[in-house]
Amino acid sequence: MPSEVPNDRRYTKEHEWAQERDGRIVVGITHFAQDQLGDVVFVGLPEAGTEVQAGQPMGEVESTKSVSDVYSPVNGTIIERNAEVESNPELINNDPYGSGWLVSIDGDVAALEGLMSAQEYATATEQEQP
Amino acid sequence: MTTSNGAPLERSSGARAGSDFPLVFETSQPGRRAWSLPEAGDSSPALEDVIPAAHRRRDPPALPEVSERDLVRHYTRLSQRNWAIDVGAYPLGSCTMKYNPKISEEAASLPGFSGLHPLSDESLTPGALELLGVLEEALCEATGMSKLTFQPAAGATGELTGLLIMRAFHRSHGEERKRVIIPDSAHGTNPASVSLAGFQAHEVRSDERGLVDLNALRDALDADVAGLMLTNPNTLGLFERDIEKIAEAMHEVGGLLYYDGANFNSIVGVVRPGDMGFDIVHLNLHKTFATPHGGGGPGSGPLAVSERLARFLPAPVLGWDEGAERWFWDEDRPDSIGRIHSFHGNFGINVRAYCYLRSLGPQGLRRVAERAVLNANYLRVLVRESFPTVYEGTCMHEFVATAKPLRKHGVRGMDVAKRLIDLGYHPPTVYFPLVVEEALMVEPTETESRETIDGLAAALNQIAEEAATDPDLLHAAPVTTPVARPDEARAARDLKVRWTP
Repeated sequence: MPSEVPNDRRYTKEHEWAQERDGRIVVGITHFAQDQLGDVVFVGLPEAGTEVQAGQPMGEVESTKSVSDVYSPVNGTIIERNAEVESNPELINNDPYGSGWLVSIDGDVAALEGLMSAQEYATATEQEQP
Repeated sequence: MTTSNGAPLERSSGARAGSDFPLVFETSQPGRRAWSLPEAGDSSPALEDVIPAAHRRRDPPALPEVSERDLVRHYTRLSQRNWAIDVGAYPLGSCTMKYNPKISEEAASLPGFSGLHPLSDESLTPGALELLGVLEEALCEATGMSKLTFQPAAGATGELTGLLIMRAFHRSHGEERKRVIIPDSAHGTNPASVSLAGFQAHEVRSDERGLVDLNALRDALDADVAGLMLTNPNTLGLFERDIEKIAEAMHEVGGLLYYDGANFNSIVGVVRPGDMGFDIVHLNLHKTFATPHGGGGPGSGPLAVSERLARFLPAPVLGWDEGAERWFWDEDRPDSIGRIHSFHGNFGINVRAYCYLRSLGPQGLRRVAERAVLNANYLRVLVRESFPTVYEGTCMHEFVATAKPLRKHGVRGMDVAKRLIDLGYHPPTVYFPLVVEEALMVEPTETESRETIDGLAAALNQIAEEAATDPDLLHAAPVTTPVARPDEARAARDLKVRWTP
């Protein structure tokens, strides 16, 4: 079920999105990812101050089907984790690009350019569609 | 469908199991009892003298107060709601839900076994010890191992025990190795056991064959690797053909190989883990050796090791006293990792496994494996147009098909599983292993007839047709059960383990 991939952010091949907001990098998982996972029942996120590395696991998302690692899109330090999504993990299913965000990172904003554009991500996931 | 009193049957999410009859708590009547005891006489000790005040509860426990008749009816009704291997086919992948012969139940019910007190003196229990001794020898022969413990209560306890032995082995060489390699198709218990034992799990990906990627494995190996946990055949139902190369690479860096016996049913009597290079093996007697499981009984996960690891096994182990010609419990094990279970595991399960082994003999066991593999491949081919497998070639005792072709009709693996219930079969395992999308993991076992497997295949093919013509039928399934679709997400997000009025 194809859906709009927002143009205002960048994407990883592991299905995270990353967006610069006021100098911070906000990270979440994509609509495609939440659709593959199914109902999310638990989110484990790194604490503020945790150093994260691009391409390395920084947290996990558990659904009724499986547990998946969440990878950091950039190098940096966690500023904040979304407490709301930890107590209401269904936000990831209902609003993955909005209130279902996961963490904000103090990191290399320029590195976002190295990630996929919305168009590139949409093409990449089309190949994974049934 | 309506309930016996005419009320519509609740189908919505969150409906409780057996919603057309009350919970046992709801039938409670003050003072009603399922027992009667004589009044305590004057010679009885005072309660204060028996249980110190600090250990006495302030209020009576909030147990349901019911008669024996009410209680029996309650549990009998619940049991009638159950699907069981004694009711019909149960192709739940990775669980080896084979038929459990009733002669094994009869053996386990013999009063000399069922009434045996675990603290009985050795001199009073030579028969029980001999049974364990002979079973140990047979299982060591079947796995190619040297010594065994019956303590692990089931597979996951066996895993933890094996990993603790792995650590003890490395420590005996003055090494604190930290990492254990696990393929991405592994059972979830493997990484969990690794963490519990204080190691770090290091995942290695599968290649395009669905097998361990040898190059990725070699890249992950160094002197910090304690060992590898592997199921062979693996969780995709495929035999790890490179196992000898894998074992060689592991042993080269001083690591140990752990064999997860979850899928032993497909190779029992044909090939031995010890001959493949494994050092530690757990068996699921409740799978391969036909003892009840899945809510039907406790498991048994004996752990067998090669000769160089025997001294680390949990104490006591069975010894053979040559002079007295009898089995005894050998407590003199200074290098043992210690007990991991009280007494000697689930003894009654071991009696059933012994009975199964003696009924079949070595040739019979080999036929078990051969027929399990034949049945799985027969079924795989019958349904492959509807539910293809992702990895090519013949499978072992089970196969992982995908429901992905049905997604274009808005139908998912879960819908297929639920519909299969209406058609009279237990569903396969769904959404596992994680490396296959919309996975359906099917294990028919050797004990189903050709007619049953033909029927199961016809049901699966019918569901694939229904997905195209009437997908809503699948979304609504099951319609033949008291509860249709428990809300798994809500159950996980809002866990309640205690009943409150």
